[in-house]
Parts: sequence; structure tokens; C-alpha cells
Amino acid sequence: MSEQQTQQPEQQSYDPMGDGAQGVVVKAKDPKAAIKNLMNYLAPHKTAILISLVLALLSTVFSVVGPRLMGRVTTALVDGLVAHWIGTGLLTNFPYMARLTVMLITLYIISSLCNLGQEMIMARLSVKVTYKLRTEISEKMHRLPINYYDTRSHGEILSRITNDVDTINQTLNRNLTQLVTGVTTVVGTLVMMIWISPIMTLASIIVIPLSMSIMMLVINKSHVYFSQRQEALGELSGIVEETYSGHNIVRAYNGETDAEEKFDKSNKAIRGSSWKAEFMSSIVEPIFSFVGNLCYVMVCVLGSVLAVRGSITIGDVQAFIQYVQNLTYPLGELGAASNTMQATIAAAERVFEFLEEEEEVADTATSAHMEHFEGNVSFQNVKFGYNPDKIILHDFSAEIKAGQTVAIVGPTGAGKTTVVKLLMRFYELNGGKILIDGIDATDFTRKDLRDIFGMVLQDTWLYNATIMENIRYGSPDATDEEVIAAAKTAHCHNFIKTLPGGYNMVLNEEASNISQGQKQLFTIARVVLKNPAILILDEATSSIDTRTEVLIQKAMKNIMKGRTSFVIAHRLSTIRDADLILVMKDGNIIEQGNHQQLIDENGFYADLYNSQFEQGEETA
Amino acid sequence: MLKIFEFMKPYTGMLLCAVALLLVEAICALVLPGYMADIVNDGVIPGNIPFIWRTGARMIGITLLSVAAAVSMGYFSAKTSTGVANDLREAVFKKVLSFSNAEVNQFATSSLITRTTNDISQIQSTMMMAIRLFIYAPIIGVGGIIRALDRSVSMTWIIAIATIAMVGIMGILYVVALPKFKIVQTLIDRLNLVSRENLSGILIVRAFSTQRFEKKRFDKANKDLAETNLFVDQVFAFMTPVIMLIMNLTTAVIVWVGARQASAFRIDIGDIFAFLQYGMLIIFAFLMVSFMFTLLPRAAVSAQRIREVLETESSIQYRDNILPLPADFKGMVEFKNVSFRYPDAMEGDENVLNNISFTAKPGETTAIIGSTGSGKTSIFKLLLRFYDVTDGAVLLDNIDIRDIDKEELHDKIGYIPQKALLFTGTIRSNLLYADKTASDERIRTAADIAQATEFIENMPDGYDSNVAQGGSNLSGGQRQRLSIARALVKNAPIYLFDDSFSALDVKTDANLRAALKQKTALSTKIIIAQRISSIMDADQIVVIDNGRTVGIGTHSNLMKTCEVYQEIAASQLTDEELMNA
Repeated sequence: MSEQQTQQPEQQSYDPMGDGAQGVVVKAKDPKAAIKNLMNYLAPHKTAILISLVLALLSTVFSVVGPRLMGRVTTALVDGLVAHWIGTGLLTNFPYMARLTVMLITLYIISSLCNLGQEMIMARLSVKVTYKLRTEISEKMHRLPINYYDTRSHGEILSRITNDVDTINQTLNRNLTQLVTGVTTVVGTLVMMIWISPIMTLASIIVIPLSMSIMMLVINKSHVYFSQRQEALGELSGIVEETYSGHNIVRAYNGETDAEEKFDKSNKAIRGSSWKAEFMSSIVEPIFSFVGNLCYVMVCVLGSVLAVRGSITIGDVQAFIQYVQNLTYPLGELGAASNTMQATIAAAERVFEFLEEEEEVADTATSAHMEHFEGNVSFQNVKFGYNPDKIILHDFSAEIKAGQTVAIVGPTGAGKTTVVKLLMRFYELNGGKILIDGIDATDFTRKDLRDIFGMVLQDTWLYNATIMENIRYGSPDATDEEVIAAAKTAHCHNFIKTLPGGYNMVLNEEASNISQGQKQLFTIARVVLKNPAILILDEATSSIDTRTEVLIQKAMKNIMKGRTSFVIAHRLSTIRDADLILVMKDGNIIEQGNHQQLIDENGFYADLYNSQFEQGEETA
Repeated sequence: MLKIFEFMKPYTGMLLCAVALLLVEAICALVLPGYMADIVNDGVIPGNIPFIWRTGARMIGITLLSVAAAVSMGYFSAKTSTGVANDLREAVFKKVLSFSNAEVNQFATSSLITRTTNDISQIQSTMMMAIRLFIYAPIIGVGGIIRALDRSVSMTWIIAIATIAMVGIMGILYVVALPKFKIVQTLIDRLNLVSRENLSGILIVRAFSTQRFEKKRFDKANKDLAETNLFVDQVFAFMTPVIMLIMNLTTAVIVWVGARQASAFRIDIGDIFAFLQYGMLIIFAFLMVSFMFTLLPRAAVSAQRIREVLETESSIQYRDNILPLPADFKGMVEFKNVSFRYPDAMEGDENVLNNISFTAKPGETTAIIGSTGSGKTSIFKLLLRFYDVTDGAVLLDNIDIRDIDKEELHDKIGYIPQKALLFTGTIRSNLLYADKTASDERIRTAADIAQATEFIENMPDGYDSNVAQGGSNLSGGQRQRLSIARALVKNAPIYLFDDSFSALDVKTDANLRAALKQKTALSTKIIIAQRISSIMDADQIVVIDNGRTVGIGTHSNLMKTCEVYQEIAASQLTDEELMNA
């Protein structure tokens, strides 16, 4: 009990509704495989586990002997008293009783020490395994192909790192030994009971199957209610989340009454299942203690009768009472442990599923290496689909000479970033080749290949560190002076200087005084510092204030000088000045050429261009 | 905490029943060991078997009574705690709905969500336990002590020492572990943060080949957490062995001391048995109470967080003496010397808006342009009365909006926010959100204007296609068009577009605006935009810079007179386009 309480704050913080832990248990698909995997992880700690199990065993054995010894003390006392009444012999054998008591205390101390040692070992071990699992998950993250992330939510992976690993941690930390101590206690206690009196043992364990079946009934029933409640709570928090995040819309569209009605309905559904769930789980303990009490009464009565008849000593009756009480507690614990075991196996399965995901194609062993790149890029009959069954780029070929600018244009959702992602080998081609300075891109190691490129995405990525460190990202050896020089080229030096802390200001999620556009300037500075041969730029569409946008454009122009550039373009001027325009629609490149050629072709591009131009005329 | 007790009032009857039943249960638990002593003293030692049977039957009866009491008490406490939780949840939800923007921002949406869900669940489970522990444990503790004293005053010191040792050791463990315990939480947050950054930046990490750097960063967070966890776990490793040791030692000492006293005829042998039972009951009672104290701080924090929500009043109060809008409401919008600062602004902070004045007429398009942070969106928020003006007034058809009923005001305005947010349901249910009674015809027209018909009809279920939470199964452009269509279903006299065309490609943007112009000819349209090309044809453009109006006029007008506008234009348009304009 004590331990469960202490861990609760930690566990509940991940739990979306704060009380799911006791409720629904997700079962594993293939428990055997998950257990085998987990065993492999525990294998290096074999000795520690063995020692801990032995300690757990010793601890229970020592404590199981206790009541019997204590019973002897009582018996000695009663014998003494009886002898006194009859008038024979001396009063009480105190030295004998003292010896027994000292022995008893020693046993208890040893038992507790064993227990402590075992808990310490398991705490250490579970932290180690947890650490290792987390490390492996995080490393695995970097080795998975990008398309893995296209279909998974971040939350799903995050929950494996935190929740699932934590569940495993808790089980290793306590449930595993709980299982061992539980079983040994039950067995040991039963042995002692039988040793004292087989008849009384039989009488007292008759109740156990009965209580167990009542228990199962209650637990099954409460599971049903718990999962109903969990479902209802999930639905309710969905409503709450949606209403709160759409607060403005709800208010502006007079949707309050509607929202309240929906909420009330869902809240009522919770009430129905919630009280039943709470009730069911609240009666588990009374039923347990009822069974315990029943055993207790039976042992008291039967033991007393037997004691009167002289077939059992009074001390044994006393010991027996303690044994019966010792028996019910671990039985309950075993039930709880088997429940969490199921959850753990399911968690382990999710973790190992992730760790066993197919990784990126390995880099070629005989990788090409070049000191200097011109920046010639050649696409030869490139065939690609995010899903191999659905090829979107059918047969794309293009020659880009060093220093040229390629504009990628197309409506929203046309897949403009696909070409970029293929260039950097985030995805593998389904056919054809991409050559860089005449060398097949797959002949480089990924690291060498990606070192050729500098990428600025619209979706800026900065991490929780200072501005200085964020600009230095990707060029860890750059000096402060080099970082500042890069910031100057990217037109963000002046602005950074006005910030509290300047370059040492820590960027975090709440750094709201830095606008999206300014963040993009940081990422440009980052690329300037990297000094790549080929650039990939993503022009901003909106939500950037005009003055910053001017700066961004200047900065982009600055770095494009003398470099091959791929620009996902929205601005007409960029597009018109490009050496090559790739027009994309529905994932495929449908037209390519320069501005004039495409206008003359009078196809999709011309249409797109004219629609923009019409507006200009309209206002004229 | 007090606020929560108020919510318990309707359940007073149930609570009293629960307390009464607990009392029965506790008395049963206290009576049983006494019977055992009687069996030994008056049954076993004199050899009176019928007495043993009789007493045994009584004990069974008491056990039955006890379990019946416990189960019914479970019923009452379950009803009470879930009932209170439900009432609280409802109260919090309704309160939040009444909040204005100021309060929502003050708490932050995510925090309001946890306050409505997790915090209340926390209260519920604590209450469930508290009813039992806080009432049962003291009764058992006090009752146990009285019964134990009754049996033997001379051995009570053993129990006293055991209890003090137990509570003391628990206290020490918590004092040692608690500070670290709090750190664990922040370290988990840190681990989450780094993992989240790794996931969201997966492309960047690979583009810059910084995997090793990221591994190191993760490892640091992972190691910090592991080390702190190890400390906490090891401290708690002491708990079970120590508790077990204290209990076992107590029994051993009671038996030893009891034996000495019994052989000196100061107590009966049966009393030793009973005393053992009472000792355990008392120690358990104290153990339970000390657990309760470790749970309470968390529940108190939750209660406090709930109370904060319940005690906050919306900063927008609707007056009782509202003025009805005229039947022939036109929809003329007027900002009259409006100044605005956020309610939570610090002393010395500048106003977000300063002395803004303009009139948007029915049938015309008014555009608002300016750099980010210039206060454009605040203008809409004032118009929707998400905030109240600090100075000046916003008028609709010459009526101050503070004199207009909330529902009526919002009925007149079709608002398309910057972030196109849809609700779970179908496309149809989202479009009907503006007006439940809208006909299919109206919905189709709205979708047509918003250029959404084509993609809706291409979806497998057309208008009945599912929309996931927030509209995440649709593209940004599709969401934006649906959000526009939703507003159009309202047939409102006033439309507010807050940068609502940003995710549309140039062509769709142009078609949409052409359709809008035609189909909403009579309405007042106010558009916030970033792209000058989207608003060049507006009847009137208001240029905002640093919360001030720096120019009002048409495109060609402003190109001549307004410096800020010229700057914006120069940054966005090519020379050719500028010439054309």
C-alpha cells in the first residue's frame, strides 16, 4: 500500500484523466514474445535478480517462522500457569521464553534486512533498465525512416518513452518481487499451518475459493464499469478540449447552450458508470476483510475447541490466527500484481514494437567522399511514392547546373516539399537516380550527403537553448564571432541585440516576444553558418509581418548568391527569376521550364499565373 | 478547500449515513478481539466448549454486520464523491463558457482543460478515500486505545512507542524524499520536452546530421531523471521493511511483556491476544492517517485550482437594460476613438490600440493591414466583445455594443478567425453550427461561395463526411474554406475575416473573393490581411501601425499618401504590379 501511494503523483501526471491506472487494462497481442523480449533485457542483470529473489525468499521464510516461535512463548507461559495451578513444578520457564523472544527479534531483523536489500537491488535495477530502454528508444528515433513519422502521432511515441517505460519500471521495482514474496508467503504460511494442524488448515482455506470467486466476480464487474467510465471520461474530455480551444468560436456563434447540452449529456453518462465503478472497487476491501474475519472466527472457535480437548497448544492457536491473517493479504496483493503484470506486458509490447521497427536502409559501405561540391544536381527518371502502391512522381528528369535557382510552385497540398525530401534522402526512391556532381546520392553516407545542403523551412524548428546555441546548431565548432557574423548576414544581429540577454536569451515555448518571422531569420543564420553548397528554402506564405519579410528576403538573396538553390516559392518575383520552375499538382511534377516557356505552353502554370495577374488588372 | 465543501452540502444526508455506517463498522472491528479474549479466558482455560461455540456464533454475526455496513457505506461514499465531482465539473464548465478572452488567456486553455478534468478526478478519488480514512481511522485509533487501556494499562506504552516510531519514520522518509519528488516531476517534463523537440525537429536533426548532439541532450535528461528516481526509490525502499519490522517487534514485545505480567497474575492470557489485535489496529489507523496526509496536499492543490476558476468573474458583464437592435438593422460598424489595453497589462505597458476611429459601411469592404503585433486582431476582439474597450466606443448602427444583448450581437456577426477551427462531427454539422435551422440550400450556397463545394463533393460521404477533432483530417486550405462557409451560413449583416485566406492558393483566393463580393453585396465586410494583393480592391483600407491609424483610404490613395503602406506594398509587389495598381 505504502509504495503505491508514493508513486502516484508521478504516474498520474501522464494519465490524461488522472485515474485510468486502476481501470482498464489493455491486453497484449502476443504476451509470450513481449515477455521473452523483456527477459532478454533483464538477462545482463541475472545475478542481481537472482540475489534479489533469494533475499525475498529468505525474508519471507524468516518472517513466516515468527508466529510459530511466538506461539511457543505463549504455550510456555500457559504451561507454566497450568503447572502453577496444579501445584507442580516451577512457575514459568523465563530463560526459555527469553531465548525464544531474542531469537524471534533476530529473525525479524534479518527478515527486514533481507527485504531492504532486495528492494534496494530492484530499485537500482529497474532504474537501470528504464534508463537503457529510454536511451534505446531515443536512439531508435534517429534511425527510423522519415515515413514512419508520417503515420504516427508524436503523442504515441512520447507515451512510449514516458508512460510505457514507466509502467515497466514500476513493475520491475515492485510487482516482480511482490509476486515472489506473495507466492512464498502463501506457500510458507500454508506449510506452517498444515504443520500446526491439518484440520484447522482445511477449515480455514475452505473459505478461500469461495472468497476468490466472489472477488473475481466483483473485479470483473468493476472492470466493466471502469472501462465504461473511462470511455465516458474520454468523451467528456474531448468535448471539454474542443469547447475550450474553440472558445472564441463558441462565443461568437452563440454555441454556449449547445455546448452545455452536450456536456451535460456526457457528464450524466459519467455519473452513471462512475459511482458504480467507485462502489465496486470500494467493496473489494470489505469483502476481503470479511473473509479474513470469517477465517479468524473459525480458527478461534475451532482452535479453542481443539485446545480444550488438548490436541493443540494454545500458542499454536495464537500462531494460527496470525497465519490466517498473513494469508489473506498476499492473496489480494497477488491479484493486484497479476493485473499490473498484464498492463506491463502490454506496455513492453508497445516499447519493443517500436524498437523492432524497420530502420533506414544502411549507408553503402564504400561511400563516396568529396571535399568540395560544385552543386550540380541531376534527376534521372525519378520514380517515387510515399506509398509504393501509389506512385506520385512518375518519371521525373531534370538537370540543374551549379548556381542555378529552381522554383517549385503549385497549389496548397500539391506536394511541393517532396522533391526537397528526396534530395536529402529522407525517403528512398522507387526508381531512377539523383546525382550530385555526377555521383549517385545513395553512394554517400547520409551524413555526408546532408552536409551538402542547407535547409530553411517555413515551419521553423528551434530548441530550448540560447539563441547562440540555436544558430550554432549543425556547426558545433563555430566560434561566437562566426555566429555573430552569420547573424549579421541573416539580418538578425540588430534585432537580437535588442532582446533581453541578447545572444544568450533562452528560447522556449513561451518566448512569445519573438515572432515567427524572426525565428525564421535565426534558421537562416543557422544555414549561413553551415555554408552549404546547395540551399533549400521555403518561402513564407503569410503571418509574417512585412518588415521582417523584407529582411527575410534580403537574407535569402544574400545566401543564394553563387549557390544552387531550391526554393518552394510563393512570390511571383522569385518564380519569374528562377532558372527552372517545377510546377506541381497532386504530388506530380506536371510542367517544367522557365517562366517564359511555361507561359507559352499555356498550361496549368499559365493559368495559375494569370489568375494572380487578373487581380492586378481588376484594381487598376 | 472551502468552496469544495459547499459542493458537498446537497450530499449531507448521504455523508451522515456513511459516517453512521463507518461507526458501526469500526465498533465491530473493535469488539471482535474482545470476544477472542473471552474465548481464551472463559472458554479454553476452564474448558467450556458450549461457551466457545456461542461466542463464535456471535463473532460471525458481528462479522456479517460489519461487512454489510462496509458495503452500504461504499454505496453512500461512491454516490457522494462522484456526485460532488459531477456537480463541480458542471459548474467549472459553465463558468469557463461564461469567461471572456481575458480570463481564458489568464488561465491558458490547456490549464482550464486539466482543471475541468484531471483536477476534479483527483478530488473525487481523494474524497472517496478521505471519507473512509479520515473518519474510520480516528474511530479505530481512539476506540482501540480505549479498549487496549481497558485490557491493560501497563502495556499501552508499547503501542505508544510503536506508533510514535512509525509516524516519525514515515515523516522522515517523506521529508527526505519530498523535495526530490518534486524535482522528479520537472525532470520528467524536461525529458518530455527534449523528446518532443526531437520528434518535431526530426527533419532538421537529419538535415544537420546532429543525431549525436541530440542523443547527448536526451541522455543528459534521461540520466538526471534516472539518478533522481533512484534516490527516491531507494528512500522508499526503506518503507516496507521498516514498517514490517516495527509491527513485528511490537508483537514480540507485547507477547514477552504480556507473558511476564500474566505469570505475575496481573492480566489474563486472553488479554494478551486481544492486546495484540488492538495494537495492530491502532498502528494501522495511524498509518492510514499519515498516508492520507501525503495525499491531501495534492488534492488541496487541485481544489485550489478549481476554486480559482469558480471564483473568477468574467470581465465582460452584460447589462440588464439592453437596447434591442432595430428591425431593419443595417450593420454599420463604427470605431469611435477606441483605445484598448489588455486587462492584465502591466503598469507602463503601452496601449494595444490608440484612438482608433473608422466607419465600415454596409455593402462595402473595409480592409485592415499592418505588421504583426500592430493590433489588427484586437480590433475584431473588441467588435465581438471578447474584450471591452478601455476608452471610446464601438458602435453598431449607432448603438454602443455594450448596450446590446450577447446573443443578438453575435447573431449579427459572421466571424472567421485566423485559425480555422472545426468541431468533431460532419461537414454538415460544422456548417450548421452557425444556424441549426439553415436549409440544405443555404448550406450549399455558402459552400459554393467559399469554393468548398468541389472538395466536399469529392469526399466519399460528401456533406456527411466526418470531421475529426479540430478538423485535423482536412488540409489547412480545406479547413479555412469550411470556416468561411460556416460564417456565410449565418447570412449575417457583418462579416469579419481575420487573415482568413492565408492557406488558400492564389487562384482559389481570387475566385473566393469574387464570389464574396457578389453574394454578400449588402453586408459589411471587414478583412484583416497580410497580403496586399488580397485587399487592393477594398473600398477602404485602414493601415494600422503600433496600435495607431496611420492611413485610411483606397489602395491608390494610400500609395500616394501613406508611407507605411508604401513600404508594405514595396515589399510584396513587383514593379510591374505596382505600376498596374
